[in-house]
Amino acid sequence: MTRRILVRLLQSVAVLLAMSFVVYALMGLMPGDPIDLMIAGNPHLGPADAARLKALYGLDRPWAERWLLWLVQVAQGHLGYSRLYAKPVAAVLGPAVLATLELMGTALAGALLLGLPLGLRAAARPGSLFDRAANLLAFASVSLPTFWLGLMLILLFAVRLGWLPAGGMAQVGGGGAFDRLAHLALPAATLTVASLGQYIRHMRAAMLAEARQDYVRTARAKGCSPRRIALGHQLPNALLPVVTLVALDLGGLVSGALITETVFAWPGMGRLIADAVMGNDFNLALTGLLLATGMTLAGSILADLAYAGLDPRVRGE
Amino acid sequence: MASGPSLPPRSPAALGGGLLLAALALAVALGPLLAPDPAAIDLMARLLPPSAAHPLGTDELGRDVLARVLAGGRVSLTVAAATAVLAAALGSAIGLAAGYFGGGLDAVLMRVTDGVMALPLLPLLIVLAAVDPAKLGLSPAVTGGEAFAIGRVVVIIALVGWTTVARLVRAATLSVRTRDYVRAAVAVGAGPGRIVLRHILPNVASPLVVAATLSVGNIILVESALSFLGLGVQPPMASWGNMLTGAMDQAASAPLLALWPGLAIFLTVLGFNLVGEALQAWLNPRLARDL
Repeated sequence: MTRRILVRLLQSVAVLLAMSFVVYALMGLMPGDPIDLMIAGNPHLGPADAARLKALYGLDRPWAERWLLWLVQVAQGHLGYSRLYAKPVAAVLGPAVLATLELMGTALAGALLLGLPLGLRAAARPGSLFDRAANLLAFASVSLPTFWLGLMLILLFAVRLGWLPAGGMAQVGGGGAFDRLAHLALPAATLTVASLGQYIRHMRAAMLAEARQDYVRTARAKGCSPRRIALGHQLPNALLPVVTLVALDLGGLVSGALITETVFAWPGMGRLIADAVMGNDFNLALTGLLLATGMTLAGSILADLAYAGLDPRVRGE
Repeated sequence: MASGPSLPPRSPAALGGGLLLAALALAVALGPLLAPDPAAIDLMARLLPPSAAHPLGTDELGRDVLARVLAGGRVSLTVAAATAVLAAALGSAIGLAAGYFGGGLDAVLMRVTDGVMALPLLPLLIVLAAVDPAKLGLSPAVTGGEAFAIGRVVVIIALVGWTTVARLVRAATLSVRTRDYVRAAVAVGAGPGRIVLRHILPNVASPLVVAATLSVGNIILVESALSFLGLGVQPPMASWGNMLTGAMDQAASAPLLALWPGLAIFLTVLGFNLVGEALQAWLNPRLARDL
């Protein structure tokens, strides 16, 4: 198992390197030039100065070489400055990661607390009215465009009823705990509804897969009650694939909230990456994307570890 | 699979999804006959509520919202269909090559597939969408037209959307590769190209069709999200996603504007997902049972 994790770690580093190479190349293909943007506000600087600055910053060299130089700098902890925020990239990314974790953590908890019991109950009687209703709900949830759901919630609860704020993380100057909760409610609800469906379906499918196992038949033959079979025997085994899927989702959470964060002006990672790409903030976009990729990869390694931790058959290998 | 697929199941969900898609396709196809010109601006008739002349009202430039929803549907569905086909073609080529030739090629292709699957999808799409075609050496004459604007979105989404198909096709190819009719074809002296296209591809077609159908819903969601952010289909061309961008600015004065395009996206994606699941249950019962 240790060997397997090591291999996965090495693979992840390879993916990250490849990703940084590709993204670095793509950044060069975006409109706008870092030096032109830098001198745009100063009428005293001409083309000669631009060329001089390009040489100074190494921008006249081939991009493969620039990528290597960038890599060396990153290895030493120099992530560069953000053009949009006029701060070091790390100082901009830190609070954004926290904001995203707050939003996504709440949404994930909500989706699990609602989705798993619904899936469990649906699997108890396949084909029943409850099962069909849960299935339809799951389909509706995975088919909803999150940004539209967010817009509708804003229109209803912020514009029409005026109960909750439409965006941001706190009122200007920062509010109390209640104010922060009020700001969290709509974006978290949007993401909860959007990710609810997959957990209903995963939980239901895992329970039904376990229902075909021999040990369930044995328990039934012994006269075990259906409730006890479901909760005491099937559920622990059925949670295995579900936990793995949750761990897999964890990494994607950071970038998954991009649209919701944009709609609700939530100052998280996803919105930061989108703003950085559209605002020609090359340093911030590059680091943000790699951080998001890294977290996705970490999530999949975590899924492996969780699986091994829960399943003695895998641990023994 | 011994007896082959039987009649499609008549589940209410599948039927509902099918009817939804049929109604939608009909409305979108007949759009130009049913509704006025979606691009006709009438500044004297801005943000009108629904009426007989404008069943869904008008937007901030006085354009008929129903006509725009139908025109947006043509664009969104065209993009989704083209992307699904392109992604399925890319994924099948990679899956067939990996599954049939095996060995080192298989290992490399599958590592690449895993790598692409691990990438954060939406941020990556934003970077791809932000690429300036001029810096790729394409002349403005090529990049100016509507066809290029649509093609660009199609290519971007297909570039990251082929992975599921590749994995499914590879798995199916691995199981078909050792069948007697393939070995017979090898014995007769057929080349790999002929074997893959004539003998393997038809036998991996059903998982391919199911995966492609199921991908359409997601593609519509991704395209509308990109267009909503201003990086997909660009105005003045209507798409469901960019109509919502405009509607967001009018949220306080005309909240209904944001309702229709989103509802259209939701119902279309729901339709494709329901039909895809029904196809799955019909063509790949074993896979469907476990999901």
